[in-house]
Amino acid sequence: MPKMTENELKRKSIEYRKTILKIIHHCGAGHTGGSLSCIDILNVLYNAVMNVSPANFEQPDRDRYIQSKGHSVEALYTVLADKGFYPQEALYTLNTYQSHFIGHPTRKVPGIEQNTGALGHGLSIAVGMALASKMDGRSYRVFTLLGDGELTEGSSWEASMTAAHYQLDNLVVIVDRNKLQITGPTEDVIALEPLASKFEAFGFAVRACNGNDIDDLLQTLKAVPFVTGKPNLVIANTIKGKGVSFIENQVNWHHHVPTDDELAQALRELDQVQQTLEVVR
Amino acid sequence: MMELGRPNLEEFASTLVDLAQENRDLIVVTGDSRGSGKLWPFAKAYPDQIVEIGIAEQNLVGISAGLASTGKRVFAVSPASFLTTRALEQIKNDVAYSDNPVKLVGISAGVSYGALGSTHHSLHDFAALRAINNLDIVAPADNFETREAIKASVSHPRPIYLRFGKKPLHHLHTPDTQFQIGEALTIKAGDDITFVAIGEPVGRALMAAQILEEEGISCRVISMHSLRPFDHATLLDAAHHSRAMVTIEEHSIFGGLGEASAAILLQHGIRLPFKIIGIPDEYTVTGSQFEIFDHYGINATALANTARQLLQAEPVK
Repeated sequence: MPKMTENELKRKSIEYRKTILKIIHHCGAGHTGGSLSCIDILNVLYNAVMNVSPANFEQPDRDRYIQSKGHSVEALYTVLADKGFYPQEALYTLNTYQSHFIGHPTRKVPGIEQNTGALGHGLSIAVGMALASKMDGRSYRVFTLLGDGELTEGSSWEASMTAAHYQLDNLVVIVDRNKLQITGPTEDVIALEPLASKFEAFGFAVRACNGNDIDDLLQTLKAVPFVTGKPNLVIANTIKGKGVSFIENQVNWHHHVPTDDELAQALRELDQVQQTLEVVR
Repeated sequence: MMELGRPNLEEFASTLVDLAQENRDLIVVTGDSRGSGKLWPFAKAYPDQIVEIGIAEQNLVGISAGLASTGKRVFAVSPASFLTTRALEQIKNDVAYSDNPVKLVGISAGVSYGALGSTHHSLHDFAALRAINNLDIVAPADNFETREAIKASVSHPRPIYLRFGKKPLHHLHTPDTQFQIGEALTIKAGDDITFVAIGEPVGRALMAAQILEEEGISCRVISMHSLRPFDHATLLDAAHHSRAMVTIEEHSIFGGLGEASAAILLQHGIRLPFKIIGIPDEYTVTGSQFEIFDHYGINATALANTARQLLQAEPVK
């Protein structure tokens, strides 16, 4: 894969954010806050870390990505379009009659590995794939993105035990730690902290990073496996709605759709950041 | 008298041992159930082809889906009750909806656990799984059907649920019988009454038929081992050539073989005296599997009585 500079990745993140907002606005539905919080993670995974592309998607040794927090599908659709899995125009069929681009990932969309959306499922599937990689002596790795709010699903912890038991250091679990779920702050709904030590106790090698900082994400995700014989857990500290001032950290933007004015203002903000990146190019 | 075979569970486990040698991608996934699944010989012979998950059915099914997505031929084995209730969402999404061709194996199904009670009974699984798209459902009635169903499932292109119990069963079929998933087996021809049964009650229906034949009542006995795909043609042919029909299943009377059959008949404009025998809408009486069968009329004498009553009833207008 052609190597992308950090500046190029940063500009991609801005482009992706603009696309996410435009398709949600166009189609009148979507998970705005969560897609904006995890888009930098997806950007770094697909453009700098994972070995997966339309050219190798049918190959057994491709890296796999499972989005357990399926509702942030607009972020995934946007990145897969940019990777060339399908034309950009397809994004604008989101949630429309007879479109394959529904509100949660499905395998009918090119580039998507598994159907997800019910929470607490992705990690078990990823464990199965990582286990198969080990059994077959293959080199592929499995990446899965979990929402922090979904960690109250017990199946995530069942899968965590299994990942550690089978020493799946080819498994990379990323928690999009934006600290908000649909009702409010995760710590008010059901407290997750201390989260790192919970995962450590379950046998993971744990690292935290700024999940909206390209440099930090690159450094962290390129360092896997953190410890030989241990599954990897990245707590990606993010801001829900990241990148747009009036969307950041607002619970009601979980699946709020931007109005015409809100979209225009958001795009202006993002354009301003983009200009600063052009300067340092 | 029919010859007694061995428990389907043992037939299943030994079939897997036979298949594993030539199918190195065949993987058994268990949740602390290699003992109850009679899988110790498999585990000893093929330690690299068995994955232990522990008591965690949701995780067991999710991991099985992940393994199957890479091309492994995965048998996910767990008691039917826990597999199909605790992990129902994983079956629906990770197996069926994602189209990972996992072979879900519900062992000790129906009321096999007897007096251990309703927590351990699976009387809901046909109903729950029939409503899930892209999931075939097979409940073999004897050792032959079990062996053939397991063999066929290895390369079955779709997700499939296999379900059986743990008591020794009578052999029902002649050596020349051909088995295919989705094709019912007519064990006995006849044209007064048809017994359509699935799983362990098939043998009981055949015994009831033997009683009735001695009275001059001609009986057809069908093993409808596949609930999906469902063999409409065999059911409709039987209905066209019978005066009455009894369905029998080790399952709730709701949502299983009986209601599936009734729906097909009615939508083909066929009305005939018809009775669904299964477990009624209650928590079962305490007892062994066979005592529970007897209590709810799933034995030769009671089924013969049911048939006689149907035949004596006024013809349906």
